[in-house]
Amino acid sequence: MKKMNTDSNVYTIVYAAVMVVIVAVLLAVVSQVLAPRQEANRRLDTQKQILTALNVNYAKADPAALYEQIVKEESYGELPLYVATIDGQTKYVLRLKGQGLWGGIWGYIALNDDKNEIFGINFGHESETPGLGGEIVTEMFRSRFFGKHIKDAEGNLRSVAVLKEGKTAEAGQEQVDAIAGATITSTGVDEMLVRSLNEYAGFLNGEEAQNVKPETEED
Amino acid sequence: MALSKKTKEAFLGPLNLNNPVLVQILGICSALAVTVQLKPALVMGISVTIIVALSNVVVSLIRKSIPMRIRIIIQLVVVAALVTIVSEVLKAFAYDVAMQLSVYLGLIITNCILMGRLEAFAMTNNVKDSLMDGLGNGFGYAWILVVVAFVRELLGSGKLLGMQVIPDWCYEHGYSNCGMMLMPAMALILVGCIIWAHRSINDKEAK
Repeated sequence: MKKMNTDSNVYTIVYAAVMVVIVAVLLAVVSQVLAPRQEANRRLDTQKQILTALNVNYAKADPAALYEQIVKEESYGELPLYVATIDGQTKYVLRLKGQGLWGGIWGYIALNDDKNEIFGINFGHESETPGLGGEIVTEMFRSRFFGKHIKDAEGNLRSVAVLKEGKTAEAGQEQVDAIAGATITSTGVDEMLVRSLNEYAGFLNGEEAQNVKPETEED
Repeated sequence: MALSKKTKEAFLGPLNLNNPVLVQILGICSALAVTVQLKPALVMGISVTIIVALSNVVVSLIRKSIPMRIRIIIQLVVVAALVTIVSEVLKAFAYDVAMQLSVYLGLIITNCILMGRLEAFAMTNNVKDSLMDGLGNGFGYAWILVVVAFVRELLGSGKLLGMQVIPDWCYEHGYSNCGMMLMPAMALILVGCIIWAHRSINDKEAK
């Protein structure tokens, strides 16, 4: 058999084209096959984050079933809004989105039915420095927010300030300690709270969420 | 199974005397990024090993048909396809780990060890030797990552694999974690220390 000239232009172009087609088909198949599983994982991850924000321990239970039981998915305009019932009390969970030092940060904040007191909160991040900014996901940081109020005495939306130890927030605003050594991530959390809560301002100031049915019966 | 001397050398060389990180100084960037904790370092080591071995095998299989002028592009396509598949599989079966590795998983494509092995070894050697060479280089890279991550997590966070190992007693008596260890620069210094130890041992043997 005559050896094929692997250096000719035609061979090179055909080779590249065939290669691309094979790889494209392969990747498309892999992506299609795995997509449902990945979607389920993403959903479960969000559900776990919301449960954590609600201080629900899902370690010993099936998180998805637990979520179905206590959380109802509603919306406020374009924004997601989760209404949960815990021990017969209504909690509202709002989504937070912001920027840290290296990438995006996000979170879910659970408010009591007065839409003022923080019942629970949860943070996540893309790529903050482990041990410094990455500490925002820890219980230690999360728990600093519990019981704080996002409105002042007159009922104006003020958010909660994240400040270095020793600094004091403006009058009427409550505060939590920032993470030492992670100034930019802490500022990011502070800004995220202000921005995201303001997006929900209408809802927090009394407007009803779309599709929210009053929760009477207990699940 | 009797392995020829060359096959054995292809596997054992990169573990020690021809280590990709210590001797060839390749793959340093990812060694800095994923070694703050042990778990991502382990997963990264395993992922790179799998991808180097498989891409070595694939390129070795098609090595005689690859047009020389576009060989680097072909190698890149093979690596990129494998990395994408591994990343998709991790997202489907180990979501937490995939999230933790985030961008670094995609950046395996740019890991110099991969292209280096494909170009220097798989293009000119048979499939069996290429597989062993890939595994050897993967493990050679992985063990450095694990050693660096072990030291950084232990001294930086007082933990190993996320579990606290330094007792509270020490903290109560004035011990504190070394924040420096969390910085990428310390990974470089640790790799430097390993290279120093490695060279001084091997130089002695050579004499």
